[in-house]
Amino acid sequence: MRPIFQTDYDQDIRLLRHPGYWWSYGTLLLLALLTPFAVGAYLQSQIIFVLIYSIVGIGLLILAGFTGQISLGHAAFLAIGAYTAGYMQARGVPFLIYLPLAALLTGAVGAIVGFPALRLSGIYLVIATIAFGFIVEEVAARWESVTNGNDGMRIKQIDLFGVTLSRDGYGFYYLCLGLLILVVLIALNILRSPTGRAFVAIRDSETAARSMGINLAVYKVAAFSISAAVTGLAGCLYAHKLSFISPEMFTLLLSVEFIIVILIGGVGSLHGAVLGSIFVVMVDPFLSYLKDDMPRILGGLAQAVGAPNAAALQETLSAIASAAGLKGAIYGVIIVIFIIFEPYGLYGRWLKIRLYFELFPLYKKATFRRQKTYVKSERNR
Amino acid sequence: MSLLQLDEITLRFGGLTAVDGVSFAVERGEILTLIGPNGAGKTSIFNMISRLYSPSGGRIHFEGVDITRVPAHEIAERGIARTFQNIELFDNATVLANLLVGRHRHRTTRIYEDMLFLPKVRKAEYANRHRVEEVIEFLDLQRYRELLITNLPYGVRKVCELARALCTEPKLLLLDEPSSGLNVEETDDMVYWINDIRSELGITVLMVEHDMTLVNRVSDRVVALNYGKILALGTPSEVARDRGVIAAYIGA
Repeated sequence: MRPIFQTDYDQDIRLLRHPGYWWSYGTLLLLALLTPFAVGAYLQSQIIFVLIYSIVGIGLLILAGFTGQISLGHAAFLAIGAYTAGYMQARGVPFLIYLPLAALLTGAVGAIVGFPALRLSGIYLVIATIAFGFIVEEVAARWESVTNGNDGMRIKQIDLFGVTLSRDGYGFYYLCLGLLILVVLIALNILRSPTGRAFVAIRDSETAARSMGINLAVYKVAAFSISAAVTGLAGCLYAHKLSFISPEMFTLLLSVEFIIVILIGGVGSLHGAVLGSIFVVMVDPFLSYLKDDMPRILGGLAQAVGAPNAAALQETLSAIASAAGLKGAIYGVIIVIFIIFEPYGLYGRWLKIRLYFELFPLYKKATFRRQKTYVKSERNR
Repeated sequence: MSLLQLDEITLRFGGLTAVDGVSFAVERGEILTLIGPNGAGKTSIFNMISRLYSPSGGRIHFEGVDITRVPAHEIAERGIARTFQNIELFDNATVLANLLVGRHRHRTTRIYEDMLFLPKVRKAEYANRHRVEEVIEFLDLQRYRELLITNLPYGVRKVCELARALCTEPKLLLLDEPSSGLNVEETDDMVYWINDIRSELGITVLMVEHDMTLVNRVSDRVVALNYGKILALGTPSEVARDRGVIAAYIGA
């Protein structure tokens, strides 16, 4: 345990609270910079997805985690960012212009979505954002002059001052990493300033926030807009990573994936977005393993021990593993397990493990147990 | 001119008239207490002053300005802060963060400036934190500064809410049952603090309270309400002798 003696206000304000963080985050940055040289092409491609998902996760954390406005429509914001990039690129706009433009346009749409959200909360807001997701999906399919409809859009490689960044190359990796770091810094700045505190205040008690002089309309719309802009930025990268976009890529399931990113990562901290992204992106390789190898291995195992109908078992297993909708089912089970056993997500688990070693052997199980909150008056809502 | 002036304030919920033509004035520098049985309309009056409810009739003036139709978030800017009967703190934030939210009305930076954390934002943060530390010292909250509200006992939460209200540097402080849920010692502390708030910080206090010892020890004047109407208005001893008040509380 490291006691921190406070002698000035900067100690609370600065991003890295004590010198130890310079070492840990410095090492992390160094590892991230060296990653492309150490891993194979497949893993690098997956890590790029992790970076893009992390950007979306941070966008969603600002809205859902810190302002308490849950959205199941973030795939739509991603789509708007992606289509903006595709449309602009096709018309010869350079990357450095359409990247911020994708973020700005999505941010503007986010603000428009934020206005009706002022009157909605909880489950109703979730339904409204789902509806928004469907609308954008449908518009993308029908507005053929811009989106090319269901035929989808080809996205060319990024052209940066004459240098081509291929979607699996080092350049693209560093671009994604750089933007992730930028987004993290902006999110941290928001959180340590009056704006971030207003967001958290709205999440915990709208009534009290209003009586403290926080204009709910301004800050809710701002949260929506910032969150959407960050997601739009990720959408631009996502389009380039996939090199092809079509409406059926931006479905409700993708929005659910983003919710899973922050739920599993942990809603209380930005770390959660990255941890959750690693988890979600790794579900796909795991599923293909389940599909390809698992039935054969288990079937072989059954044969080896001399089970009577090993071949039938292998067939049943492969039928289950390749069933449609397995991904959704697995997501559902994972969400339920996390909500019950680890509501603070992977990051919460990491905090507990760290505290266990810091306090060894004095760690108590109840350290993280929270008291139920005292009754609040719902009348003023 | 009175600091706060209520004229014929009325609040109806459908057929129920919760507050019925109530008029009184809060003078600068006084401590005025609203008393009355449950359902008398005390908290409703508070909610109308802080604009969480809109009055069905009547007008509210603060410093001579009509605030009857001002949006709720502008009330704090005009210099009215409040606490809640059932504690409305930001539970998943630290005490320090809660108090800093109280500084919101003094914010000088815009959202995009916050995103970039310009030097200006840092400077404003120093000023805010300096003021918050003064309030922490005033209410002896030093040892709780870094703790989450969820981990605090009820009595301390009460004080935190008072502290958050003080951080807005109000001219008028509305306290909704400051002593509910507090033990005798904590209530004693509350008496001293309320007196200090008036004498040291020069803040006018309007409060709702049931604990008559506390009422007698701090109030200059008392307004007794029942069924949304004023029964009596005067010094604590005058109101305690009023026949209508005795009838409302004891019967007969």
